[in-house]
Formats: sequence, structure tokens, C-alpha cells
Amino acid sequence: MNKQEKAVVTVVGKDTVGILAKVATQVANANGNIIEVTQSVMDEFFTMIMLVDVTALTCPIYELEQALKQTLPGMEIHVMHENIFNSMHSI
Amino acid sequence: MYSFSEIMETISMIRDNNLDIRTTTMGISLLDCADTDIDRACVKIYDKVCRKAGRLVEVGNSIERKYGIPIVNKRVSVTPIALLAGVSGGDPVKYALAMDRAAHAVGIDFIGGYSALVHKGFSAGDLEVIETIPQALAETELVCSSVNVGTTRAGINMDAVRLMGRQVKAAAERTADRQCIGAAKLVVFCNAVEDNPFMAGAFHGVGEADTVLSVGVSGPGVVRSVLAGMPADAPLDEVAETIKRTAFKITRVGQLVGSEAAELLGTRFGIVDLSLAPTPAVGDSVAHILEEIGLEQCGAHGTTAALALLNDAVKKGGVMASSSVGGLSGAFIPVSEDAGMISAARAGSLSIEKLEAMTAVCSVGLDMIVIPGDTTPEVIAAIIADEAAIGMVNSKTTAVRVIPAIGLREGEELNFGGLLGYGPVMKLRTQSPARMIQRGGRIPAPLQSLKN
Repeated sequence: MNKQEKAVVTVVGKDTVGILAKVATQVANANGNIIEVTQSVMDEFFTMIMLVDVTALTCPIYELEQALKQTLPGMEIHVMHENIFNSMHSI
Repeated sequence: MYSFSEIMETISMIRDNNLDIRTTTMGISLLDCADTDIDRACVKIYDKVCRKAGRLVEVGNSIERKYGIPIVNKRVSVTPIALLAGVSGGDPVKYALAMDRAAHAVGIDFIGGYSALVHKGFSAGDLEVIETIPQALAETELVCSSVNVGTTRAGINMDAVRLMGRQVKAAAERTADRQCIGAAKLVVFCNAVEDNPFMAGAFHGVGEADTVLSVGVSGPGVVRSVLAGMPADAPLDEVAETIKRTAFKITRVGQLVGSEAAELLGTRFGIVDLSLAPTPAVGDSVAHILEEIGLEQCGAHGTTAALALLNDAVKKGGVMASSSVGGLSGAFIPVSEDAGMISAARAGSLSIEKLEAMTAVCSVGLDMIVIPGDTTPEVIAAIIADEAAIGMVNSKTTAVRVIPAIGLREGEELNFGGLLGYGPVMKLRTQSPARMIQRGGRIPAPLQSLKN
């Protein structure tokens, strides 16, 4: 089972200082490796998509989501396995 | 990487619109459990179900956690018990009890296969199983039962239809103190399929592998919300196209979960059943899709056409999304399991005649319909015969799952709880079909059976 497993982290909400840093810290705490980040701020509205290698994650994906939500209350945060998006949006 | 809109679409499908996997169903062949000693056969059944399906719930839960997609039910279907009863003789209820014990032991939601296939006639074990269905359903909690009374190739066995009219009523009477739940776990089929993952009609056909894992997806809420986002005057071909695209995405998730579960369980992946299965939860209703297409309420004139469009678009989208499609595959219209159907039935806009017409263009049939408790067995048999005729002539699966509400009259309601839902007693015609039903015999296979 050496297959690389990836998860997609999405964060949406009002822009404040340090969102990316807090997300990155939590991901690192769970031993996730950030592969790619896209982020934009429009009219103080922050959106971010982060692709994380979760092969060696020390906790289940949903716990990472819980941890992120606790760190960034008020933001809409989802962490989902990449396979879901793969199967839905590519043939 | 994926675009933001793609990602948000997927997330909202799952988190906001009830996209879920309705069931992962493991089919288990019991042919190697057959024994001339019924008690020994029961031990073998218990052992085999526990051995094969022991990790079904655990694997389901782990996939649920990994992907964040709820897997609502974990189920097992087995070889029709009539085949084993034919070998062993004895009281077939013992088999039902063994199935129920095994189902409890592995922690699944339902086990299907207390079944007999009698479309052309009765062989050893068939009559014994059919005679004991009401008792088996009353004495067990998780066992589901089905009987196939007709096929396009063989015609309709009207002796079996007559018998099933009686047994449906008896199943309700035996469980009258429990919302007549017995009848909700009993399906009478025409053209039953061997790889259906949905209850109560699931059984593991003899043409199947030793064990297979099949998946039934759900997702009426997703389809409805996508349609709600379309312009209200979009032509119907665009509506169909949109449903098709959505069905593709829903089915892909089923394929993903099914193949991964099969791999983890070390079993063969069976099929994805391309069905839109509603639940009584608000926002998970097939009726509401029909209303979104443009009907004031489900049951209005136009319902059959809208359902035909929906059913076809779901199949077209789904078939491309999965390596292996099967089961019932279409839109389900179980009245008590669908919030929109329930309100349409309560409002009187949905009648049993309209439902019957709808079954000609979608999967399955008259499903989860509560009927008056004083309905005679002959009327129930006649409902079964009508529905079987639709299936036989149109070369499709049809089924009847009606629940006589013992002691209740039109307008009163039964509540089964959970996925089975609740519903009002619906009005039936009271003119007697008794003389036709009592004739028995067989309705010969139609001309379309001669395809060779």
C-alpha cells in the first residue's frame, strides 16, 4: 500500500491574517505534506484550495477537518479525499 | 488540479443535498450450505454469512470515514431459501431464524433471500417457503422475503399470485401490533433480477459468483437541486441532459465506493444499481424532482411523462459511469419512503391508478403503498396480477409491496420508522376480482417472449 493518497482542503470565508499559516500548521501537525495551493481574495472573501499528500497522515481525514474547523472558527472548511473529485470530474 | 467550482459542486452534493450510498449489499451463495439435515444446513448458513460478511460493516464504516460519504445501509442477500428447503425438507422458518441470527451477529441492516422463484411452477421447497413467509417475517427482525411470480418468457403463475394475495395480508395481520411491518418486508416480483442490491427484494441469484459486492446509490436531492438551478423555461431536452450529467457523477461515486469496498473485502465487485432511491428525509425525494420539472404536485397529469424522462436520463448518465451496471436501475417510487409522494398521497393528488401507470415507465412497481386493512386477499392478488402483467408485457421488472393497514381505514396512517417511512392508507377499488383470481392457472407468456 505505497500508493500516494491525496486529500483536497478547501477554505472559504472572510479574509483575515494568518489563515494559510494556520491551515498549514494543522496539516503539518497531522503529518500531511502540502503539494499544491491556490488561493485568491476577492472583496475580502478568501478562497483556498490545498492539495495535501495524506499517505502518512497520523489521523483520519475527518479529524484533520475537525482540527481545522476548531482553529479557524467561522470559516467554511472541508477536507475530502481526492478520489471523490477524480471519479466525479474526470473520465 | 480541480477548479473551485468542481470542488464546491461535489462538496455541496454530499453535505447539502444528501448524496449518499444507499446500500452496499454483499451477495452470498448458500448453494454449498445445502444439506439434507435442516439443522446442519442452518449452522452452515450462519457460519458462511458470518465468515463472508463479518467485515462488511467495518469496511463500510471505514470507507464512509475516508470519503465523508454516508453509506446508509449494509446488507446481505443470499440464495433463494426455497432451493435449500427443497433439499432439506422440514420447517423452512428455521432458515429464516438462522439468517436473522447471522444478520444480527455481523451487524447489518437487512438480509434478503427468504425467497422462491415460481414464475412457471412450484418445485420442492417453493410452496413450503411461501406458506411460511408471514410466520418467518413475524418471528425475525431483519429478514426480507420475495417471490417471483412471473417473467416475460414464462408468463404469470396465477396460482402463485392468488397465494401471494393471501400471504401479503397474512404477513400484515401477523405483525398488526408492529405497524404491519411484515408486509413491508415482502415483495412480489415479475421479472425479478438476480443482482438487485435493494431490499426487500434482494436475493443472490444462482447465476452469480460465490460472493459479490454490489452498490445502490441514492441522490434524488442532488438531481432536484441541480434542476432548481436551471432556468424555469429550459426545454425538456436540456432538463434531460442535465439529469444525465448529474446521474453520471452520482454513479461515479457508487462505482468508487463499490470497487473499493469489494477490494477491501477480497470479493468480486458486482454491479452499481443506477437507481434514484429516495428517503423520507426532506430534500431526498423523487416526487420533488418531478415537481421541479414543472408539476404542481406529483400525481398530476404529466407525472408519467416526467418520470419517463427522469428514468431514462438516469440510466443514460449512469451507464457510462460504471464498469458494471445491473440490478433494478431506474427511479424508485416507494410512496412511504418519499416525502413528496407522502404529501401527494395525503393531498389526494396521487392515486394508486396513477402509481400503476408510473410503474410502466420506471423501475420496480407499486412500492410501499399502505392500503386499507379490510382489503381482501383477492384484491391484493389482483393488484399483483396487474403489476406483473405490466412487467411481463414490457420486459421489465415490476413488483408489488403493499401494506394492508390492519384495523385502519382510508386516511389513517402507518409509521414504520427509519428508511421505510410513513404513509396514509390509499384508496383502492372495491369491485371484486375474486372470480378471475380463483380461476388460478397461468397467463401464457406474451408474443414478445419468442425472441429466439
